[in-house]
Amino acid sequence: MLRVSDLHAKVEEQEILKGVDLEVGAGEVHAVMGPNGSGKSTLAQVLAGKEDYEITAGSLELDGEDLQEMAPEERAHAGLFLAFQYPVEIPGVGNSYFLKAAVNANRKARGESELDAMDFLKLLRERATLVDVDEALLRRPVNDGFSGGEKKRNEILQMAVLEPRLAVLDETDSGLDIDALKTVAAGVNALRAENRAFVVITHYQRLLNYIVPDHVHVLLDGRIVRSGGSELAHELEEKGYGGFDGARAEA
Amino acid sequence: MPTATDTIEALAERDYEYGFVTDVEQDTAPPGLSEEIIAFISAKKNEPQWLLDWRLQAYRGWLKMVEPRWANVRYEPIDYQSICYYAAPKSDDDRPKSLDEIDPEILATYEKLGIPLKEQEMLAGVAVDAVFDSVSVATTFREKLAELGVIFCSFSEAVQDHPELVRKYLGTVVPRRDNFFAALNSAVFSDGSFVYIPKGVRCPMELSTYFRINAMNTGQFERTLIIAEEGSYVSYLEGCTAPMRDENQLHAAVVELVAHEDAQIKYSTVQNWYPGDKEGVGGIYNFVTKRGLCEGRRSKISWTQVETGSAVTWKYPSCILRGDDSVGEFYSVAVSNNRQQADTGTKMVHVGKRTSSTIISKGISAGEGQNTYRGQVRILRSAEDARNFSQCDSMLIGDRCGAHTFPYIDVANPTAQMEHEASTSKIGEDQIFYCNQRGIDTEDAVSMIVNGFCKEVFRELPMEFAVEAQKLLEVSLEGSVG
Repeated sequence: MLRVSDLHAKVEEQEILKGVDLEVGAGEVHAVMGPNGSGKSTLAQVLAGKEDYEITAGSLELDGEDLQEMAPEERAHAGLFLAFQYPVEIPGVGNSYFLKAAVNANRKARGESELDAMDFLKLLRERATLVDVDEALLRRPVNDGFSGGEKKRNEILQMAVLEPRLAVLDETDSGLDIDALKTVAAGVNALRAENRAFVVITHYQRLLNYIVPDHVHVLLDGRIVRSGGSELAHELEEKGYGGFDGARAEA
Repeated sequence: MPTATDTIEALAERDYEYGFVTDVEQDTAPPGLSEEIIAFISAKKNEPQWLLDWRLQAYRGWLKMVEPRWANVRYEPIDYQSICYYAAPKSDDDRPKSLDEIDPEILATYEKLGIPLKEQEMLAGVAVDAVFDSVSVATTFREKLAELGVIFCSFSEAVQDHPELVRKYLGTVVPRRDNFFAALNSAVFSDGSFVYIPKGVRCPMELSTYFRINAMNTGQFERTLIIAEEGSYVSYLEGCTAPMRDENQLHAAVVELVAHEDAQIKYSTVQNWYPGDKEGVGGIYNFVTKRGLCEGRRSKISWTQVETGSAVTWKYPSCILRGDDSVGEFYSVAVSNNRQQADTGTKMVHVGKRTSSTIISKGISAGEGQNTYRGQVRILRSAEDARNFSQCDSMLIGDRCGAHTFPYIDVANPTAQMEHEASTSKIGEDQIFYCNQRGIDTEDAVSMIVNGFCKEVFRELPMEFAVEAQKLLEVSLEGSVG
């Protein structure tokens, strides 16, 4: 489904990704782990199409389509979803209004009819229940005044409503207490499906106790230095990132 | 891949939607300003001697005044002798009795503006007093209002039919020598609206006026007077668009509101005059004096404005809170795009005890637009336990525009409670990217973000107006951003 080959990317003249290869098949959950500054978030932003990053070499394909040719919203229409590490606040815009606009923009782009208010509300309630998010969150402005945990839950809710093909979770576990972490993980697990893939980006192994990945990749200094099964995460937990070749000690 | 900046620029290149010219023969005074011209205007309108004298007094005062330069706006000097101070559609002396008698071309103009009078009359329940150039050409629903004793007519008609009311209130809120532009207006005002709500009457419909500047090289000098007697209520809507012009056109209106005991006046404006082209050529100069007097106890005046047009805006709708427990409110959205400049805000003068005021100002700057909030809150010594809450938020779109805030607070009574909040935000690439990532394109994202930013003001607008205001904002920012 997702094929990343020899991906090089830089921001403000500094090369961050130095040849990343990653292949994700439908139904799979991949974890990308790495210390601060290894390029994890850059990878997420590049996948979503953030302007600030320049791809200098390599390729990015989703279902055989070249992502580099697509604007961020076109990638979304193609089924790519990014759960942001720092979800953005949009004061004055209701959360459910925002989501309805998003759902209908995607439906329109895919040639489907737009949902009316009633149908959307039904979908929203159903999805909110699925990922266990309080409906009160829906009535507030997008992320405005949300706690860190609420913001992350809101990302999961958006993911549940938008039903992406490929979901990239950028450090969704950061700053969460254990209860919030469990809720978020349960939400992701509820959405696991044969035709949907996840790339879970994280610094810590902790999240992977709750979202068990099929594959784990270690990203160090802009390259994937090792790949393996879920046991690799436990190895990392014990040895730290310092135990890998070419790696510097964890900051 | 199109970037946010590309989209903003593409949108900025959209033409002004309402730019067209209607060909109607004008009955126009020669250019220039003198006592003779003022006498000509007054005679044209068949005015009583006292009003001519009042105009002349204003004119003589104006001659000694200098144009204010303290506002944060820049424009070419105005040659007041090259302006025509009177223009009226030719059919003036034979005023139409119904819409059927109106020049079809004028009606077509309104159609183009999206304000079909007939539809409004039938569907919206809005009484429309349409000002075409300087003379009102249509007034509707007047009979229905008359049953309640409500007077809603053009200013000129009020002078003929209700001279005692005009004479009693004219210039009591904005004195004829109040400031340079108010004095100019007082000397040469052409027409405008007059509203009188009798004691205890709740005006059953929103009163509305559409202004349109059309005559070549003719300044417009509207004069509006609204009086709400004890315990009455009125909501007045003012909206406008203007056709494309090469010369800058001067507009200096005066609006006076008087609210007696327990009366409420809600005055809403959506202003969309031609802002000039991308280089700032053409476009309206809008120098307006709007002031309300909360004369009686527990009276209330609310100003709500959505300012998207004009090349230069200089406008400070104000409240004088004289009655004890009176309330003043100001809700504003001001947009400056391309080369537009807006210096706008409000003045709240607390005189009575326990008076309170609220100021919510949202300034949006895009392109090379400059947006200034200038507000003054004065608590006089007599104003025991007065309260004010001010919130001034600015939003910047792009990196060539500017936002400026000048709040003046002047407190002479220590029991006053003052709160002031201010913020400046840049419409973030981050916000746009977040929306994009959810599948929403940049144009819709900007419009959504801006509407969210302005929500507190839009919800103060009457329902049918709020929709129009959002559309205007979209059009003018589409032209600019999104």
